[in-house]
Amino acid sequence: MKQFVASLRSGRAAVIGIPYLWLLVFFLLPFLIVLKISVSDVDGVRFKDVLSFAEGAMSLTLKYSNYIFITQDELYFKTYISSLTFAAVTTIFCLMIGYPFAYFMARAKSTVQPALLMLVMLPFWTSFLLRVYAWKGLLSEHGWVADLLTFLKVDHLLLAAGLIPALDRYMNTPFSLVVGMVYCYLPFMILPLYGNLAKLDVSLLEAAQDLGATPFTTFWKITVPLSRAGIIAGSMLVFIPCVGEFVIPELLGGPQTLMIGRVLWDEFFSNNDWPMASTVAVVMILLIIVPLAIFNRYQAQTQEVRR
Amino acid sequence: MKSRGILPVGFNRWFSMAWLAAGYIFLFVPIVALIFYSFNDSPIPNKWAGFSLRWYAALPNDREMLGGVWLSFRIAFYTASASIVIGTLAAFALNRYRRFWGRTLFTGMINAPLVMPEVIIGLSLLLMLVSIQRAIGHPDRGMLTIWFGHLLVGMAYATVVVQGRLRDLNPQLEEAAMDLGARPLQVFMLVTLPMIAQSVMSAWLLTFTLSLDDVVLSAFLSGPGSTTMPLVIFSRARLGLNPSVNTIATLTVLVVSIGIVITSFLIARAERNRNIDMAAAARAG
Repeated sequence: MKQFVASLRSGRAAVIGIPYLWLLVFFLLPFLIVLKISVSDVDGVRFKDVLSFAEGAMSLTLKYSNYIFITQDELYFKTYISSLTFAAVTTIFCLMIGYPFAYFMARAKSTVQPALLMLVMLPFWTSFLLRVYAWKGLLSEHGWVADLLTFLKVDHLLLAAGLIPALDRYMNTPFSLVVGMVYCYLPFMILPLYGNLAKLDVSLLEAAQDLGATPFTTFWKITVPLSRAGIIAGSMLVFIPCVGEFVIPELLGGPQTLMIGRVLWDEFFSNNDWPMASTVAVVMILLIIVPLAIFNRYQAQTQEVRR
Repeated sequence: MKSRGILPVGFNRWFSMAWLAAGYIFLFVPIVALIFYSFNDSPIPNKWAGFSLRWYAALPNDREMLGGVWLSFRIAFYTASASIVIGTLAAFALNRYRRFWGRTLFTGMINAPLVMPEVIIGLSLLLMLVSIQRAIGHPDRGMLTIWFGHLLVGMAYATVVVQGRLRDLNPQLEEAAMDLGARPLQVFMLVTLPMIAQSVMSAWLLTFTLSLDDVVLSAFLSGPGSTTMPLVIFSRARLGLNPSVNTIATLTVLVVSIGIVITSFLIARAERNRNIDMAAAARAG
C-alpha cells in the first residue's frame, strides 16, 4: 500500500512537473527576457545588464526611451489603432458569417452533421500559408473572385467606401486584407460556436414557442444568450491572433494597411533593432492582455472537470 | 427531438441550405483555384493556357524546395511526437489534479499559445535562446531551435485535444482497474491510453500539420541552412504568384487527404473491434 501511494505521488509530480517546467522555461521566461531587453541599453552587439554591480553598490539602469518614443511617435500610434480596427472588423465579419453557419450546421440532420463538421475542419488541414497565397491569385488581375466582383459591379461600392484605390483593383488594399483574414479565421469562429449550439437543449426552444414567443424572440432571448460562451470563445480566437497577424498583411495587405505584426518584423529583421522590437512586443501584449484574460477564463471553464 | 427545424422568421430551410453552401464555397474556392492553376501551361498566373504537367516536371530539380520539404517533414515529425507526450501529461495534470500550486498560471500558459500572435512567441523565444547561446555557446539557430518553437505551440493544441477526450471518459473504468489491483502505470497503459488513443492520434496529426505550415516561428528561429518549406514558399509568394507554389500546394492537399482517409479508416476499424470486444464481454458476462 505504501508503495502504491509513493508511486502515485511520484507519478503526480512527473505528470504536473514536466509540462509545467517546460512552459516556465519556454513560455514565461522568454517574456521576462523580452521585457528586460525592451528597457536595456545596447552596448555594441550586447545588451547591458539591467542590474549592475559597481563599487559594491547595485544599480538599476532602465532605459525608457523606446517606450517614450513609441507613445509619442504618430506612426506607431496609428499602427496600433489600425491593427485593432482590422482585428475588430475581421471578428465582426467572422461572427456575422459564422454564427448563422454554425447555427444551420447544428440544426441539420444529425446524420449529415459529422460530414459538415469535417468539411469545416478540412481547410484547417491544408496549409494556412498556401490558402493565403491562393487569395493573392483570386484577387489579382483576372483572378476568379476579382472578375466576379467586377462583373457584379461590387468594385463601385468598394471604391465609394474607400476600400480600394481604383476600379477592378483589389490586391494590396484594406479589402484584400480583410477578405484574407476573414477567410483564414472563419473556421476558428465556426468550431466553438458549433460545439456550443449543437449542445443546445431543443426543448427550451420548444417551451419558449409553446409559451407564445415568436421564433425571432426565441432566437434572441434563448438561443443567443445560451451560446454566449461560444460567441466569446470564437471572437477571442479570431481577434487576438489577428491583432498581431503578420503573414496575411504581408501577402495581401498594402501601403494603407498598417499592421503592428509587420512593424515588429521590420524592426527585428530589417532594422536589427532588438530593443525596439521588444518594446513593440511588450506594448502589443498590453493591448491584448484583457481579451487574453477573457479567453483564458472561458477556456478554463470548459476545462473544468464535468463529473 | 421531433421538430428540429425551429428557425427564426424567414430563416426557412432553403435559406439555411443556401447559407451553408455559400460558406463552403467560400472555404473551398481558394483550394480549388490553387490546384487548378498548378496544371496551367503558362508562367503567367491567372491566364489559362492549356493543361500541362511542366511545373511538376520541374519540381525534382528545385533543390531549394525539396530541401525545405525534407527539413519540414522531419521537424513536423519530431514536433508532433513530442507534443503528444507533453500534451497528454498536461491534459492529465489539468483533468486529474484539481488543486496544485500555480494551477491558474499553468492553465494560462497552456491556453495562451493558442491565440498569442506568433510574432511575439517567435521574438521572445529567439531572444531567450540567443541569451543562452551567448552564455554557454549552445544551441545554434537551426532545426533544434525551430523544434522548440513548434513544440511550444504544438503541445498547447495537443493538450486541448486530449483534454477534451479525458473530460468525457468514464472514471469508473479506471477505478475498477485500480480495485482489481492494477498499478497506476498499468491502469494508464491498459485502460486509459486505449480509450484516449484516438484523440492522441488526432493531436499528433494536428500538430504535425501545424508544424508543417508554420512561417513566423520558423523565420525567427531558423539559422543559415535551415530553410523550411513554408519559408521557401513564403519568400516566393512575397515576390508574386509562382506556379511552383501551386504544385506544392496540390501535393500537400493530396498527402493530407490520403492521411485523413487512412486515419479515418483506422479509427473506424478500431471502433468496430472495440464494439465487437464489448459485445463479446457482454455475452460472456
